[in-house]
Amino acid sequence: MKILVPIKRVVDYNIKVRPKSDGSDVDLANAKMSINPFCEIAVEEAVRLKEQGIATEVIVVSVGDKKCHEQLRAAMALGADRGVHIEAEPIIEPLAVAKCLHAIVKKEEPKIVLLGKQSIDGDNNQTGQMLAALMGVGQGTFASELKIAGEQAEVTREIDGGLQTLSLSLPAVITTDLRLNEPRYAKLPDIMKAKRKPLDTLTLDELGIDASPRVTQLSVESPAQRQAGIIVNSVDELITKLKDEAKVIS
Amino acid sequence: MKTLVIAEHDNQQLKNATLNAVTAAIKLGNPIDVLILGHQCSTVTEQASTIEGINTVLTSDAEHFEHQLAEELTPAIQSIAQQYSHVLAAATTSGKNLLPRVAAVLDVQAISDVQEIIDASTFKRPIYAGNVIATVQSSDPIKVLTVRATAFDPAATGSAQVEQGTVDATTPVKLSSFVSEALAESDRPELTAADIIVSGGRGLGSGESFDLLYTLADKLNAAVGASRAAVDAGYVPNDMQVGQTGKIVAPSLYIAAGISGAIQHLAGMKDSKVIVAINKDEDAPIFQVADYGLVADLFDAVPELIEKL
Ligand SMILES: Cc1cc2nc3c(=O)[nH]c(=O)nc-3n(C[C@H](O)[C@H](O)[C@H](O)COP(=O)(O)OP(=O)(O)OC[C@H]3O[C@@H](n4cnc5c(N)ncnc54)[C@H](O)[C@@H]3O)c2cc1C
Ligand SMILES: Nc1ncnc2c1ncn2[C@@H]1O[C@H](COP(=O)(O)O)[C@@H](O)[C@H]1O
Repeated sequence: MKILVPIKRVVDYNIKVRPKSDGSDVDLANAKMSINPFCEIAVEEAVRLKEQGIATEVIVVSVGDKKCHEQLRAAMALGADRGVHIEAEPIIEPLAVAKCLHAIVKKEEPKIVLLGKQSIDGDNNQTGQMLAALMGVGQGTFASELKIAGEQAEVTREIDGGLQTLSLSLPAVITTDLRLNEPRYAKLPDIMKAKRKPLDTLTLDELGIDASPRVTQLSVESPAQRQAGIIVNSVDELITKLKDEAKVIS
Repeated sequence: MKTLVIAEHDNQQLKNATLNAVTAAIKLGNPIDVLILGHQCSTVTEQASTIEGINTVLTSDAEHFEHQLAEELTPAIQSIAQQYSHVLAAATTSGKNLLPRVAAVLDVQAISDVQEIIDASTFKRPIYAGNVIATVQSSDPIKVLTVRATAFDPAATGSAQVEQGTVDATTPVKLSSFVSEALAESDRPELTAADIIVSGGRGLGSGESFDLLYTLADKLNAAVGASRAAVDAGYVPNDMQVGQTGKIVAPSLYIAAGISGAIQHLAGMKDSKVIVAINKDEDAPIFQVADYGLVADLFDAVPELIEKL
């Protein structure tokens, strides 16, 4: 079976992003960019399924400008077999991404689409659920464990109250949570090999997709800053402060 | 137009986060219907009928709604959605699982984690782990929103007795089925509703050490949270994780012990009213957001706190 893994190029998770001084957008000038951590986990899971002989081919796909080739190559260095780049604006809404992915799904007919649960730039947590709706298939979101048996996927999900296990008929959409696996590091020979793996580019026009935005970003700002606090010297002083100054305990 | 709020519940109990979503709905200014999709969930309907500020409680009771599977609930919501200008749910794992699927079948772009309602189509929401707040405007005919519980007070309940109605159940789609659930059980307050939270990180060093935090929590009638590192290390279960990808909390007092204060953790707790940090590293970033910092070994400080409180 084929597995499709959509990956997003995002600002590296170690970077603390700030608004531009005019508040028009975030300031990403020269920021280090990486594969969204949740997508990296999705790539790892797909590659493991291939190593177990369950998957036959792992295809990574990214919607964005040409710079996402870097992340597609990085995913191929981790073991994906080939890449698809869908040319679009670097910022594109989850619904439009889901429509692009749906078009690729129709071409490639994967049994499983494995996405990240959330991209750490927009923090939307939507694309997988939307794609599942467009495909008319089941969804296993926030997966911390995945088992494939024949035409069924058993997905253990991280939910607010604990863990839930669902059974999905394939094809299905699965989105990864952080504890699904720990991605490997790419080895130098694999990075070299990845440069020669196939990478196709498609345009929105070729796919017949209207990606015009439905939501406009009017402005961005920094969240309310906390007042600098104080260092207390002892547990006694802490208790006094909490009782008499902050009045949060009695 | 009207606003539809999707109730979160377990067929027995209406979840508190629904009340926060109702407050956000009230800010939109239109009449509000609350929709309960469940199985043998009449007590939930009764509870929802006491929410002040809403118009109607709509219920659809069917076996295939029992486990709140997004695949089954979506067609039911879709069947009535055209009557509404806004569809809201709390931004919990349940709301986040469901509403994007609803938005896609309605061909609209959902907006996640709304923390402020400016007007009927303009909203504020955090992006980049809460380091930036974006003001966004939707041009879609139906606005599908998940709302952050910590940003809206719960709607009042008690005296109201609102009208009740029913919605026809849609046919089962059977794309997925429920296998099992392992829910955390605890006598302590729920993390997202607690007034005080005691949270532990990798600095605890083991699951056993969390007993210290449980003891402290019991003294304070507090909930216990954790950093991702503590969950990943297996000290505590996943439902205790606070942060960008865990729970968002805003108690009046948050005590972080042995937590360094990574941006992803701060994303989940920096709106707490008072933050206390106990860390043996005076340069730990958590001290930059703490109102009261104590540079100490937590294995000395926490037992002393327990003793003196
Ligand atoms: C995509 C993504 C999402 C993430 N989401 C989350 C999230 O939702 N929530 C989250 O928490 N993290 C999240 N993280 C992880 C985050 O980046 C940090 O790795 C994590 O928060 C660190 O946890 P920690 O502070 O417990 O551990 P550490 O950073 O290792 O800090 C341990 C601290 O304990 C102190 N300490 C050690 N021993 C003692 C002692 N005896 N007494 C006192 N202090 C002591 C140390 O000085 C140190 O400051 C995410 C990461 C990524 C990439
Ligand atoms: N531009 C994109 N290209 C490819 N995949 C994407 C893109 N945007 C989102 N995704 C996928 O959808 C997941 C969830 O993203 P989001 O809904 O934006 O939080 C990501 O982890 C990716 O797997």
